Amino acid sequence: MSWKLILEIAKALMLARIKQTLVAAVGVLFSISMFIALLGFMNGLNSLLDGMILNRTPHIRFYNEIKPNPNQPIQLSSEFGPDLNSIRSVKPSTSRLAIHNSRSIIQQLEQDPRVLGVSPKLAAQVFFNVGTLDLNSNINGIDGFKESQLFGFEEYVIEGRVEDLDQLNTIILGKGVADRMMAKLGDVIQVTTAQGNRIQLKVVGAFQSGLGDFDKTNSYASLATVQKMLGQPASYFTDIQVKLHDFNQAPLLAKELGTIFEVEADDIQTVNAQFETGSEVRNIISYAVGITLLVVAGFGIYNILNMMIYEKLDSIAILKAIGFSPKDVNRIFTSIAILIGLVGSSLGLVVGYLLGLLIDHIPFETDALPTITTYPIDYNPKFYLIGGVFGLLTTYLAGFFPARKASSVDPVEIIRGK
Amino acid sequence: MTANPVLEAKSISKYFYNASTTQVLDQVSIQINRGEFVSIMGKSGCGKSTLLYILSTMDTDYEGQLWLDGALVTGKDPAYLSQLRNEKIGFVFQFHYLLNEFTVLENVMIPALKLARHSRVEIAERAMEKLQIFDMQDHAHKKPNQLSGGQKQRVSIARALINDPLLIMGDEPTGNLDHKNSALVFDKFKELTQELGQTLLIVTHDQEFAKATDRTIEMEDGKVVGKVSSR
Ligand SMILES: Nc1ncnc2c1ncn2[C@@H]1O[C@H](COP(=O)(O)OP(=O)(O)O)[C@@H](O)[C@H]1O
Ligand SMILES: [Mg+2]
Repeated sequence: MSWKLILEIAKALMLARIKQTLVAAVGVLFSISMFIALLGFMNGLNSLLDGMILNRTPHIRFYNEIKPNPNQPIQLSSEFGPDLNSIRSVKPSTSRLAIHNSRSIIQQLEQDPRVLGVSPKLAAQVFFNVGTLDLNSNINGIDGFKESQLFGFEEYVIEGRVEDLDQLNTIILGKGVADRMMAKLGDVIQVTTAQGNRIQLKVVGAFQSGLGDFDKTNSYASLATVQKMLGQPASYFTDIQVKLHDFNQAPLLAKELGTIFEVEADDIQTVNAQFETGSEVRNIISYAVGITLLVVAGFGIYNILNMMIYEKLDSIAILKAIGFSPKDVNRIFTSIAILIGLVGSSLGLVVGYLLGLLIDHIPFETDALPTITTYPIDYNPKFYLIGGVFGLLTTYLAGFFPARKASSVDPVEIIRGK
Repeated sequence: MTANPVLEAKSISKYFYNASTTQVLDQVSIQINRGEFVSIMGKSGCGKSTLLYILSTMDTDYEGQLWLDGALVTGKDPAYLSQLRNEKIGFVFQFHYLLNEFTVLENVMIPALKLARHSRVEIAERAMEKLQIFDMQDHAHKKPNQLSGGQKQRVSIARALINDPLLIMGDEPTGNLDHKNSALVFDKFKELTQELGQTLLIVTHDQEFAKATDRTIEMEDGKVVGKVSSR
């Protein structure tokens, strides 16, 4: 039995009911295009938010935690020895915040093939003295070049240049800090460290990370500047930030390296678990909405086919009388469903893409995101594949039962009924 | 050469099971030979259509045996029966059943396209020839709903002929036509048997029509009551 004839008959039946056929196809088109646009938009937002947080977060961060010494004197005493000893009111020992042996740790990390890059950091608590006011703030001593390379620091410096940090005694202020102090580029500000040292720093830039609270309490200076402020040597770092080639290895490597270096190691997954969850929820919502739309379109096809079969009972009876088998009749109506699905889905994919382009051009400017000017769209081909496959699958299923019904039409009953 | 009968029905009985069981056909046995023009006569409701649907293999719910061209048809699967109908049986209904989605020519071509024994071009030529027999060639590219009842019926007969079937069956094919068109259709049937040796089995309750056929099978209350040869 030639498919050509089957398709020819399917085509003729569709043309006879062209309006309803078009409505059904437009239903599929609509749902597929919405599916594509929605997923593109949601995922665009996801990667934007991920970029805001995750791209700027080290995959592993090594640091020293202030905590009580696990080896208390009582354990050395022969009197108490290995018994279970209970000590109250234990205070943390005065061990340094800085990482011991930081130079050699950095060297080892840089040689590790799994590591993309290493950037040390030195965080210090300071006060900015503005008139009679003292503003509490953090200064992060960084290597401006590495920080830009690994964590995109450059992208959110909205005024001034990162390179200017290389001069000693310069600072890039958080936008919130700068606004509070009414500090402009080129101003000199007075800083007091927690230890009481006073220094003057020149403002060479301002940054805006998109996280308002962070920008209100943080500023950046070069490592050397902060080390000098604290009166510490050049190997004095509080954090070693690591970016890996494979982000997913972070928890494993954090555990492994933390044990080797005998420092605390936090991995990005543990620290930012809630972002993953947010992305996942948005994904689930967009798939759910998209699939619901498809199911609705599927019912549209189901309806039109049922109606067509009801109207064309005579034609089905004739086809059967002149030698079309139940299977042939089934194929005719399945073809109709699939043709509607094929046309609707492929146009839907195109329209979905165009919708994406459109959204991509809608201005979206927010102070929180200096690098973003329009709504973000993700054109991942995966969505198009899923949309196309689901479109065809729903239309096939929508055609399945009507086609089966058509194939079981008894021609005698129809002809006798006249 | 002792040819098989084209069609042989052996003791066919048919029941309808509704609220009660009614027997519509009672041990009907008939035989149609090659080249015969046979009519079936009987009062309305005596079971003529029911019998014809069984003989045409569309109705498979019966007792007894049906043989077509020397092969047992009873109990075969639907796909086999469809193929058989396509190849060997032409059917003409009382109401000119044509597919309104297709042109007259396409309607005639479809059973042949389904059979796929010839190329499309050949099929179109053959369909045109069949339409010429019924003087319908000028209407080939019209849609069926642009034709009169008599014209539609002529097209259906042309369609029934397209695969050179073993047997053409008709269920009161002239029942819905005026006298002039009836006569025209009857003449064409006559021509088919005489000139092409076509075997025909036609249900009618037109006395005149029946008289002019080779043989009439008389039915009454689901039984064959007598076989009257009119010649
Ligand atoms: N589906 C059915 N259920 C019950 N009885 C039926 C059905 N179809 C037909 N009959 C009965 O079968 C008998 C024969 O019908 P039919 O073959 O159409 O007669 P004819 O064609 O000779 O006029 C009639 O009495 C009719 O009422
Ligand atoms: Mg009847």
